[in-house]
Amino acid sequence: MHAFLEYTITGLTVGSFYALVALGYTIVYGIIRLINFAQGDLSMVGAFLGWTLLVSLGFEHLPIYLAVVAAFVIPMLGTAVINLGILQFAYKPLLRRSLLAILITALGMSLLLQNTVLLLYGPSIDAYPPNLLPTTGFYVGPVHVTYVQTALVAVSLLLMGGLVLFVQRTTIGTAMRALAQDHDAARLMGINVDAIIRVAFVLGAMLAAASGVMLGIYYIQIQFTFGFLLGLRAFTAAVLGGIGNIPGAMAGGFLIGLLEAYTTGYISGKWEDVVVFAVLIGVLVVKPTGLFGERVAERM
Amino acid sequence: MALLEVRDLHVFYGNIEALKGISLDAEPGQIMAILGGNGAGKSTTLRTISGLLRPRSGTISFEGRSIVGLEAHVIVGMGLSQVPEGRRIFNILTVEENLNLGGYIVRSHRDLIRARKAEVFKLFPRLAERRAQLAGTLSGGEQQMLAIGRALMSEPKVLMLDEPSLGLSPILSRSVLKTVREVANRGTAVLLVEQNARQALAIADRACVIETGSVVLEGDAATLAKDERVQKAYLGGFEAVASG
Repeated sequence: MHAFLEYTITGLTVGSFYALVALGYTIVYGIIRLINFAQGDLSMVGAFLGWTLLVSLGFEHLPIYLAVVAAFVIPMLGTAVINLGILQFAYKPLLRRSLLAILITALGMSLLLQNTVLLLYGPSIDAYPPNLLPTTGFYVGPVHVTYVQTALVAVSLLLMGGLVLFVQRTTIGTAMRALAQDHDAARLMGINVDAIIRVAFVLGAMLAAASGVMLGIYYIQIQFTFGFLLGLRAFTAAVLGGIGNIPGAMAGGFLIGLLEAYTTGYISGKWEDVVVFAVLIGVLVVKPTGLFGERVAERM
Repeated sequence: MALLEVRDLHVFYGNIEALKGISLDAEPGQIMAILGGNGAGKSTTLRTISGLLRPRSGTISFEGRSIVGLEAHVIVGMGLSQVPEGRRIFNILTVEENLNLGGYIVRSHRDLIRARKAEVFKLFPRLAERRAQLAGTLSGGEQQMLAIGRALMSEPKVLMLDEPSLGLSPILSRSVLKTVREVANRGTAVLLVEQNARQALAIADRACVIETGSVVLEGDAATLAKDERVQKAYLGGFEAVASG
């Protein structure tokens, strides 16, 4: 029982990272039916931007709140700009032509981001400052929870809550949901569809970058390759929840995180990916619309 | 010069010429009915004016300025709104959210949105009762009211309606068209595409008949209603069958 709770805490922490990346997949898919395979690599880029600030530029020596806020906000903005660039130069010329062509381009963008970071930062592993946040923790009954875990899950939940409020309560958010259903009808409302697509790309990139910085803080070590697997797991989470569905992406993220933690705990870390991708295949075969998915045309 | 002037519009779908030189006008306070059979080019005409389709040649001018080539959302912002064929309301949004999006171009003016919503609710009290309901759960008639109300939220100078009575009972379609007349009476220019020629001509000021991409007849609604060719093709269907 004790071990189970420990794994659950780990699973929820990691799951919150997956949920953030999965939300990026789902928002973009909801609007333009594109699986933006660069999503995981955007997270990796965010992590490296955060590392640059904290370590290279010495932000880690600033007062902790300032350091943490800067290490989140600046990479989120930077990654958003990068994702807008990808949209503008790589996807937009293909948007009204072939979805397959964009999909392949998205894979290309994933490679481009990886190799750009490889070129700029080298192939070696970089390390986040290990003592950025207090390394101690507290006990909930017999279970030890670190402050880092608490803080990261709290920030994740905050971001998710913010996203849900934005999508549900603002007019731009309402327009995003309308676009998920009918682009031409949205145009006839006076909605600038291209601008809303840009908003989706900005939001997706910001969530990915935040998860990247969190991964850096949590795992300490980052390398240019980590976005690929992260992206695949988050994609699995998005599909599990029902791609295009926002609550689905969040639930899927946490479920995949838990699944991974239990697999590592009870079986072996080597089986993590086997189990996660077995789930992906299982969902695609048994219920391709995912846990929360309904009709394809009406999701988000 | 008319408020909206369409001149010699040619539109292609690939190599197929859907509009072969359409010209028509819309004037404030007047309803222009556009009649014609399936595939004649009525919807294509509206979609081109709205900016969803690009004409290969021809001009569309609104308040004396050309709007050809402008993005659809810009055209809405200028004051041309369309109720598309099949209503195309947002099923997954509530009635109120649908209306809010109708006022998207004035979204930062909350008081304006509120006032216009109140106007729409006055016009269609049923929508007020169902404001928090998902639009997909409305009946066909209510969805049509919502589609019209949504288009009115931008307070258009030109309102285009594509088959607003489609799928409605005769009573409902008469009441919808009566509302369209009221909207026109307030000074809006209306372009009304209808299959139900009899009802359309009854409320329209002027009308034209489109066949295979060209305007074949144009004139006063009352005159057209008496025109032999119109009666034969669009009004006299039942009698023709009965006597034949």
